[in-house]
Amino acid sequence: MAVALILLLVAVASVLFHLYSPWWWTPIASNWSYIDHTINLTFWITGAVFCAVIAFMAYCVLRFHHTEGRRAHYNPENKKLEWWLSIGTAIGVVAMLAPGLVVWHQFVTVPADATDVEVVGQQWMWSYRLPGKDGRLGTSDARLISSDNPLGLNPNDPNGQDDIVVQNEDLHLPVGKPVKVLLRSIDVLHDFYVPEFRAKMDMIPGSVTYYWLTPTRTGTFDVLCAELCGAAHAQMRSKVVVEEEKEYHAWLERQHTFAALSGQRNVAKAAYKTDSE
Amino acid sequence: MVDIPFDEVAGVPPAEVGEVELYHPHSWWTRYVFSQDAKVIAVQYSITAMSIGMVALVLSWMMRLQLGFPGTFSFIDANQYLQFITMHGMIMVIYLLTALFLGGFGNYLIPLMVGARDMVFPYVNMLSYWVYLLAVLVLAATFFVPGGPTGAGWTLYPPQAILSGTPGQDWGIVLMLASLILFIIGFTMGGLNYVVTVLQARTRGMTLMRMPLTVWGIFTATVMALLAFPALFVASVMLLLDRLLGTSFFMPTLVEMGQLTKYGGGSPILFQHLFWFFGHPEVYIVALPAFGIISDLISTHARKNIFGYRMMVWAIVAIGALSFVVWAHHMYVSGMHPYFGFFFATTTLIIAIPTAIKVYNWVLTLWRGDIHLTVPMLFALGFIITFVNGGLTGLFLGNVVVDVPLSDTMFVVAHFHMVMGIAPIMAVFGGIYHWYPKVTGRMLNDALGHFHFWVTFIGAYAVFFPMHYLGLLGMPRRYHDIGETAFVPASAHDLNAFMSVAALIVGFAQIVFLFNLVWSLVKGKEAGGNPWRATSLEWQTPETPPGHGNWGKELPVVYRWAYDYSVPGAARDFIPQNEPPARVAAQGAHP
Amino acid sequence: MSAIVLFIATIAAIAGWWLSQQRLAAKPWLEQGVAVDLRGDRGSSVPAAKIGLGVFLAVVGSLFALLISAYSMRTTMVDWRDLPLPKLLWFNTGVLVISSVALQWALMAARRDDNEGLIVGLLIGGASAVMFLTGQLVVWQQLKIAGYVVASNPANSFFYLITALHGLHVTGGLVALGRTTAKVWRGAPMAQLRLSIELCTIYWHFLLLVWLVLLGLLTGWTDNFVDICRQLLS
Repeated sequence: MAVALILLLVAVASVLFHLYSPWWWTPIASNWSYIDHTINLTFWITGAVFCAVIAFMAYCVLRFHHTEGRRAHYNPENKKLEWWLSIGTAIGVVAMLAPGLVVWHQFVTVPADATDVEVVGQQWMWSYRLPGKDGRLGTSDARLISSDNPLGLNPNDPNGQDDIVVQNEDLHLPVGKPVKVLLRSIDVLHDFYVPEFRAKMDMIPGSVTYYWLTPTRTGTFDVLCAELCGAAHAQMRSKVVVEEEKEYHAWLERQHTFAALSGQRNVAKAAYKTDSE
Repeated sequence: MVDIPFDEVAGVPPAEVGEVELYHPHSWWTRYVFSQDAKVIAVQYSITAMSIGMVALVLSWMMRLQLGFPGTFSFIDANQYLQFITMHGMIMVIYLLTALFLGGFGNYLIPLMVGARDMVFPYVNMLSYWVYLLAVLVLAATFFVPGGPTGAGWTLYPPQAILSGTPGQDWGIVLMLASLILFIIGFTMGGLNYVVTVLQARTRGMTLMRMPLTVWGIFTATVMALLAFPALFVASVMLLLDRLLGTSFFMPTLVEMGQLTKYGGGSPILFQHLFWFFGHPEVYIVALPAFGIISDLISTHARKNIFGYRMMVWAIVAIGALSFVVWAHHMYVSGMHPYFGFFFATTTLIIAIPTAIKVYNWVLTLWRGDIHLTVPMLFALGFIITFVNGGLTGLFLGNVVVDVPLSDTMFVVAHFHMVMGIAPIMAVFGGIYHWYPKVTGRMLNDALGHFHFWVTFIGAYAVFFPMHYLGLLGMPRRYHDIGETAFVPASAHDLNAFMSVAALIVGFAQIVFLFNLVWSLVKGKEAGGNPWRATSLEWQTPETPPGHGNWGKELPVVYRWAYDYSVPGAARDFIPQNEPPARVAAQGAHP
Repeated sequence: MSAIVLFIATIAAIAGWWLSQQRLAAKPWLEQGVAVDLRGDRGSSVPAAKIGLGVFLAVVGSLFALLISAYSMRTTMVDWRDLPLPKLLWFNTGVLVISSVALQWALMAARRDDNEGLIVGLLIGGASAVMFLTGQLVVWQQLKIAGYVVASNPANSFFYLITALHGLHVTGGLVALGRTTAKVWRGAPMAQLRLSIELCTIYWHFLLLVWLVLLGLLTGWTDNFVDICRQLLS
């Protein structure tokens, strides 16, 4: 029967596409492989349900399609069957939800030794700010934004003087060190999105959001904006370079502090040593 | 078993229930244009919704052309692409699906299915349509104003929606918000009718548990819409004030193109809460009528009562209630407090259980049925596949941590098109093929119907199933051109081109459908009163198409539920709801 | 969003109570005949228009509950500066109470077939509602003169928005009331009028209730009340 066959083919083709298509997620570069595992688990459970429902349906169409003299069976309900199906579904749901919530708990619990890195989004570019040797970022306010202070840092905050400001350049991160990414926007919603990191979070003007990750392999990764932010949304690009600690510090040495950029030369250029702290 | 003795074969004398003062049209204008007859209003709603829906369909072709062949079409740039996606989304979700299910199917079917003469407030019902039409016209006008329609995305998130970096910032967004406000006012007028008609105007014997599931679905969806649309109303009014008067409900301190704006202190997240407080129930406002329609299609065309009717009713009610406590699952990565994620992921996955029960009961209805593979039945089968597919991917996105990598990617686009685009449209088509004979008295052409179904179903599946994998790849949504990246392989562009071709083919199949609608009006086979041999009341009208007042002199009396198909011992394989038990007994042995 | 969730929960409880009367656990395939219809022979005794008004009030209630939710989320932001409420607001509240009482009186008069009492009640009710609206406009004027314009602070924006939406609903009610009064004036039979008058009265009481809740919100009493409840619970 053609209809039953086509229905079945849809399921079979979907499974084959899933197994053999070359389009799958990019190799991960952060500690969030748990997320990938949860997705895989969800694929297995939902895939089984999908195939079972369609196969059952195709069988019914094949077996019970109208022929002369056929009369349908009369069966208003079957409480027992419905309960068993509900319980089975509930078990499947728990099997997906429980690991999901455990991983979410990890995702929202930032480890104490994570270093702050600030990402600032604006139409349509990315800027970055790293703490100076004091390890702390200074405060900021959108009202302070001007051409010499494009990120709106507070010039009176001593913590902010040695902050390293990276504009129109890639962000570098050391491999294997947990990072708390603080997200700030100065105009509209943006979303700092690096596909290889798996994590993402919107940036909201007026508040600071965050997520954390540990980069697990070196390489250069694309940064995209994942929250519609206006006409040039698709062109809002940058790159993250994950590298060994030594190269990272070499890169840091070449950056400018806020004080240097804003012309207040009262704070010396950040002096980084690998042995500091 | 509750059995009532009857003296006569004709049953008890009918009684007028919920007296409706019928308005009697005096001229052509009041009969066909400013009509207060729910059936005419239903057709007006349907034609308007499908017309504006065609605009949205053409917009989707434009989007697919750009995505499949970026840079080839010089008449589509980044701004226009954003305008296209915004208008496509808004039109499809609100002006097409909501209006068609509630205003179209609701108006036509509710009075007929519950055995009423008309809606209880016919005048308000008429106003509802005209306000809706005005909303559609205001929306359509945005295509012709300076700057064009808004390109803020259908979610209209501030601050971006009202700032100059977004296309359509001067007129587009203002008219869009005005149109939404009008739509909500118009809908509320209609919605009051649908709810009160179900509550008050059911004919004698029509208890709630005897109503067809279509009525249950539309009724519950309308109640939800009445309570949820105010959220969009409040959000639209506040955003409009932010845009026009410079208030800061949603607008924080921000720098617009290097200039500090006058805004300050507002909360963009507040808008998102309001929007999704409407937006999530909206998903079910579209889904529940589809659930109802599909249940009735499957039952009728498989000649079998819907399996587990009570469970189906409870599931509809449970889904309706639960859908008000899941809204923030659209906001997992919005920067709201992360601990909300635990609550909303749990409620979201709980809602999967009643939804799954509905799916099981549909396929169990097929089991040992007498399945007629008519066009409505095919659409019902297509609905089940696309809905199951889209529902299951919803379990990915509802599970908070899984949503993190997938949100804002093409996976989301694929998911919601499957579950609230293709699946409800399948229900709409199935419903149209099923009820067209009642509306017009003629059958739709069967061969064209089969062609329409197979191209639409296979084609749409070929568009949206592979799209999930672009999302897994990491391809973000709302990009007119992915451009140069390291993580998107060149082969993904070929996939995009394939999807675009499939989408164009699906689009053209809809033109065949429109042709069928018009052609069959004149040339279609005469349908008779009850071509599908169905039990529910709308098929038992004395005239087809039903006349003004639906029922002639006397209202029908209902003696049984809407699913007495293939009852053992009965002579025919269906017993209409208004068939008195005595007459059934006279025709064949009583069960 | 707690206000709206609470509101929806209330609606859900009402809906649940109603559904529990509808024999949702019945097995409809085992029941034949008409006697299972609980509404009896004559259908429901409540007129459709009254049910319609009830549903409409639920929609309006949802609208204001959402406004309250938005208000309470926005007040937590740092830039919120309460605005001084003009004394006139209390006078307006009193006028609205009088309006409600007058309509209740009109309703009672209609039930006794007292045509004169009815007209007096309707006229006082209508006039005091108009006075309330005028008073609200004067409040706006006073605030504007004092420099509290709509966009200068979110507290002002909310004040104007909330009073405007409430005022619009009162205006809509006045249209209905005007039509009813006109019918009374033309001497329509009392039996036809009773329902219209009752609907107007219900709507008036509802808007008074909404206004009192909103006033509690604007004056900050609700906050104190919520605090007290919280202390009692903890």
